Amino acid sequence: MSVTQRGVAPPQASGPPAPGSPPSSDVSRSSASTRGAGTTAVRLTEVSKVYGKGRSSLLALDKVSLAVRPGEFVCLIGASGCGKSTMLSLVAGLDSATAGEVATGGKRVTLMFQEPALFPWLTSSRNVELALRARGVPKQERRARAAELLQTVHLGGFGGKRPHELSGGMRQRVALARALAQDADVLLMDEPFGALDAMTRDLLHEELERICGERELTVLFVTHNVREAARLGDRVIVLSSRPGRVIEEIPVGIERPRRMDSPQIAELGAHMTDRLREEMASHGR
Amino acid sequence: MAAETSLDPLSGLDNLELAPQPGRDFLRRGTGGKALGAVWPKLLAIALALGVWEVVYLSGFKSAIIFPGPATVLANLWGQMQHALLWQAIGTTLQRAVVGFGLALIIGSVVGALVSRIKPLRAGVGSLITGLQTMPSIAWFPFAIIFFGLNTSAILFVIVLGAAPSIANGLIAGVDYTPPLLLRAGKTMGLRGFALYRHLILPASLPTFVAGLKQGWAFAWRSLMAGELLVIIAGTSSIGVLLSTDQQQADMPSAMAIMIVILVLGIAVDALFGTIDRAIRRRRGLAESAAGS
Repeated sequence: MSVTQRGVAPPQASGPPAPGSPPSSDVSRSSASTRGAGTTAVRLTEVSKVYGKGRSSLLALDKVSLAVRPGEFVCLIGASGCGKSTMLSLVAGLDSATAGEVATGGKRVTLMFQEPALFPWLTSSRNVELALRARGVPKQERRARAAELLQTVHLGGFGGKRPHELSGGMRQRVALARALAQDADVLLMDEPFGALDAMTRDLLHEELERICGERELTVLFVTHNVREAARLGDRVIVLSSRPGRVIEEIPVGIERPRRMDSPQIAELGAHMTDRLREEMASHGR
Repeated sequence: MAAETSLDPLSGLDNLELAPQPGRDFLRRGTGGKALGAVWPKLLAIALALGVWEVVYLSGFKSAIIFPGPATVLANLWGQMQHALLWQAIGTTLQRAVVGFGLALIIGSVVGALVSRIKPLRAGVGSLITGLQTMPSIAWFPFAIIFFGLNTSAILFVIVLGAAPSIANGLIAGVDYTPPLLLRAGKTMGLRGFALYRHLILPASLPTFVAGLKQGWAFAWRSLMAGELLVIIAGTSSIGVLLSTDQQQADMPSAMAIMIVILVLGIAVDALFGTIDRAIRRRRGLAESAAGS
């Protein structure tokens, strides 16, 4: 896999990048004109993150390198303290790396959490409309666009409902519609289905797979569920804990559509579990 | 919509999950029944209070002139309601209440917004506001009367000092308790600066702010009554003036009738805030979670 093409970025030529310019020219955040082009949607180069200072400082990520292709679905898996959520915050631009470079090539990035984080005073439709508004969509278009997005997540008739009137799975789908409203190319998901029951989660896996396929979204999906990672990912990145490092990369060759309960998923899941147990055992003393 | 997507398991699951559940049903009664259910305990409480009053009156431990019974007082109240004087007094007092509370609302909101926004102001001014809140507002009157003289400004000044700290504190607490997750979601969405305030922080702090308003009103009303008893302005009638006159003339039935007016006005405004508060909570699903569904 083309994970760690280190030190690639050549000195950037002045002027706008030509259409056929080398793929590595779109790594910096500033070159927004290359949106959708190139071979990398998200690139982390030797990224480290330290929280705090001095003795009480904590190394959360240690020289993590990762390249995600446009349209690729990458799952990040690891035990607690592997810095999964830190990685997403860095890519989302909510936090900055201590060392190394995080590049999204000017692509729009959005983040979804384990909790739907909907605004309880707004209806589903208004929640989605607010994201459209923040993006500068004109007022007269917002209502219709929000309705379309809710239809995408099969919630066409629920635009007038407030979050507390919906079930957990429905709220998470409104949150997905809100994320889609941001018209991002890269969707970062931090254990988005962690709080849902297995049956709802299965159905949402299918939905997510369909939507990402239709919209050619690039996804970075954090989970602690090995089977979920095997079910969804084109590639699974296994991370170590304290500090977070990439310890294994698993391309998932299993054909789609996949099922959580299929033997191949179980087998791959078991392999990941073994790796994670080894990793946890190393922290035993 | 169930018909067009009936083959979709996701929609099926949605319908199952949103179907009324036995536990929730009896909590959501018709509004008519609810209103009636809310009214009768209050009527019972009033009846009980009148009953106790009547019993104490009948026991005869004080003369009827010093401690009249409910019948005399209510008759007096009815009599006063026929005259313009009482309504004029109520008008003056409510006007002062509205102006004073309005000023407190503006000043409290501005101070609260600044203090919640600017960190250095926080440590110093924050504790000062809480200190002001605990200070009995009647203690401000000597200062206010010397400073402004015996006029409406003195009363309004004390109302503002009584109510504004509560309002400011309500706003500060509301801003502080904006859930961090919602802040992250808002920032991810691209809400920044003023837009973040308008679309996220202010709506998120609304319930706490309304609680602050309610408390502020209670302080304002008390300050106003104290002020009207202390600051008597020649030629104007107000509830405080009526009460003060009754005291001078030892007219107990009239004094008690005016007290009932004060009580009713206070309760009515408080109920107004209560209604706003409940409406906000219901919209956000906070009322139902308290019922434990």
